[in-house]
Amino acid sequence: MLKLDNCVVQNGSFSLQADFSVETGASVAIVGPSGAGKSTLIEAIAGFRDLTRGQIFWDGELISNLSPGKRPVAMLFQDGNLFPHLTVEQNIALGLRPNGRLSTEEQAEVQNALDRVSLSGLGGRKPAELSGGQQSRVALARVLVQRRQLLLLDEPFAALGPALKAEMLDLVAGLLAETGTTLLMVSHDPQDARRITQETILVAENHAHPPAPTSDLFDNPPPSLRDYLG
Amino acid sequence: MVGRAQPVSTWPGVGAAGLVAALILGTLAAVALRAETAGGFGPADWSALRFTSVQAVLSAVFSAALAIPVARALARRRFRGRRVLITLLGAPFILPVIVAILGLLQVFGRAGWISDVLGLVGLPPLRIYGLHGVVLAHVFFNLPLATRLILQAWQEIPAERFRLAAQLGCDGGTMFRLIELPMLRRILPGVLAVIFAICLTSFAVALTLGGGPRATTLELAIYQAFTYDFDLGRAALLSALQLALTVAAALAALRFSQRDGFGAGLDRAIRRWDGGAPVRDAFWIFAAAAFLFLPLAAVLISGLAGLFEMPIQVLRAALTSVLVACVSTVVFLTLALPMAFAVAAGRYGIVELSGILGLAASPLVIGTGLFILIHPVANPSTLALPVTALVNAVMALPFGLRILVPAAREVVTRHGRLALSLDMNKKTFFTLVLLPRMRPQIRFAAGLSAALSMGDLGVIALFADPQIATLPLQIYRLMGAYQMQAAAGAALLLLLLSMGAFWLLDRGGRHHAET
Repeated sequence: MLKLDNCVVQNGSFSLQADFSVETGASVAIVGPSGAGKSTLIEAIAGFRDLTRGQIFWDGELISNLSPGKRPVAMLFQDGNLFPHLTVEQNIALGLRPNGRLSTEEQAEVQNALDRVSLSGLGGRKPAELSGGQQSRVALARVLVQRRQLLLLDEPFAALGPALKAEMLDLVAGLLAETGTTLLMVSHDPQDARRITQETILVAENHAHPPAPTSDLFDNPPPSLRDYLG
Repeated sequence: MVGRAQPVSTWPGVGAAGLVAALILGTLAAVALRAETAGGFGPADWSALRFTSVQAVLSAVFSAALAIPVARALARRRFRGRRVLITLLGAPFILPVIVAILGLLQVFGRAGWISDVLGLVGLPPLRIYGLHGVVLAHVFFNLPLATRLILQAWQEIPAERFRLAAQLGCDGGTMFRLIELPMLRRILPGVLAVIFAICLTSFAVALTLGGGPRATTLELAIYQAFTYDFDLGRAALLSALQLALTVAAALAALRFSQRDGFGAGLDRAIRRWDGGAPVRDAFWIFAAAAFLFLPLAAVLISGLAGLFEMPIQVLRAALTSVLVACVSTVVFLTLALPMAFAVAAGRYGIVELSGILGLAASPLVIGTGLFILIHPVANPSTLALPVTALVNAVMALPFGLRILVPAAREVVTRHGRLALSLDMNKKTFFTLVLLPRMRPQIRFAAGLSAALSMGDLGVIALFADPQIATLPLQIYRLMGAYQMQAAAGAALLLLLLSMGAFWLLDRGGRHHAET
């Protein structure tokens, strides 16, 4: 279980309060007006922003004093999820070993991950030689080998077209089901949230609300969400 | 933006910055302490101060004034070779000063090409030695710099402004007053201050084209206090004066020039509708190109003849220069890379400050300080080459950091978070991400550093005894002995070595850059 205990995150003059928990294995969307602090929230959980108050726990263990790489968290950013000068295989290998040097078994694991995201045979390519959708698949393959318990998505598929984005989300949902990973996903689009999440955290007016069932929230939106949805 | 963790270590950079600061400030302290024991300023010192300032002012004014029409012509004309010409405007930066001076002598000297032509119509030959020779050489070096700086500002004017002005029917003159004059007013103080600061510390030009009571710069006076009188106290006093002058000028230059004018892409030609006279633009481009390339052509022509009768000392000096340049480049990279990483990881203060300290102290001032420090414990001439390599490396730092820091910052901001989230350690980030991503900039900076060191004629002149010489010093000695043929051959060799070192290190840097 992920627990944010009475947290405050400061970003310049802007501050965000969060006090909620997310069950292990749940898939949760984070929605809200732009500038409300969705990315700030997710960056605080990943460890890229310090808390000014409060603590974050995973399964009862304090994680908010750990550096980003030591948290049980895998994260995909809006962009820059791959090192452009490394091959697909090398990029995935970094998820297993941060220095990229693999044993034979680990190399086989990389190949399995490539198979799983339907990119077999493309391991030797550089990211620039792949389409946007294929690049997203490589990043997901790396998430797969990372075996972290919590996956944070900060709109990594925003640049993809609607059909491709849906395909990626389905792939994510499939991977989550296999591994029992917990998902927190920033989204602009109610369709995305409905597609793969059961619960939604509304971030509005300097406040991250506790998770509520996704369909209820969008069927009966509170005023702040209604303004945003239009 | 990133909270606490950084994917790169900052302490090596802070350490390197500390070393640089200790070296520069230590030598300055040595100078200051020694200067106190000397007597006051004599009339010769005041005249050196006056000449230094006057030549720097004139050089800055002429360079900037001539650069305006050239930059304007380049900004509004598109022609074959434009891009090559603009790239070549960067070449004088790594051109050895002594080579350019030999070329200028061949063109503008008493027995040079122009004097020959003047002689045909019965006019007296040109006289290049003295104030106008010094200014001429400085304009040769700084006209291209001024042109690049002004051209860049010109190209940064949004194309929409010109479109709007054209739509309103403005003619060339109106457009100049409306759009271009305000831009020039903004950029010119910085250009003037930068060139003024550069010309203050010019040593090799004054050494070869100046001299005598009426054309001695402070740097030259320091050198003369060393070599003619061996008066360390006076050298220190002059160094202190020079230091005060350069610090003031460097502060002014930094204050007036916020932007970086080095190595930016200058390839956009804005479409203009005001036309103007193409003949006038063509004249300025042609005149500037001739002014820059004729002396180089002269070095090539006269050097080819001398290339095969070079005395053995020249070859030995060439070997020495290559060695010094190699060591200097290694030292430069050892200092500059950690410093660039530290700045990129957020340790600006001390690291950036000691990076620009080199701008405030001139090579001869640092050389004087090192001499004062070394003299009691060892024979300075035995350390001539290591000291030269070290001073060259420190002098290349301000330029090198300007190239490396933005690249390092870009890599850390773009890839730092991903590396941290993958729990990559600092060593792996360095070898796997930082070095490969920065390879073009590292090669470019190393190339600059090697070429600058190869062509440097400064601190070596203070330390060397007659048995030891770098190639630039050897050329100077040949010129002093009126062996102009051998000097020309050696100059061509030096030109090839400098450009070759730059090309070798920089080559591939950009072309094979992995995307």
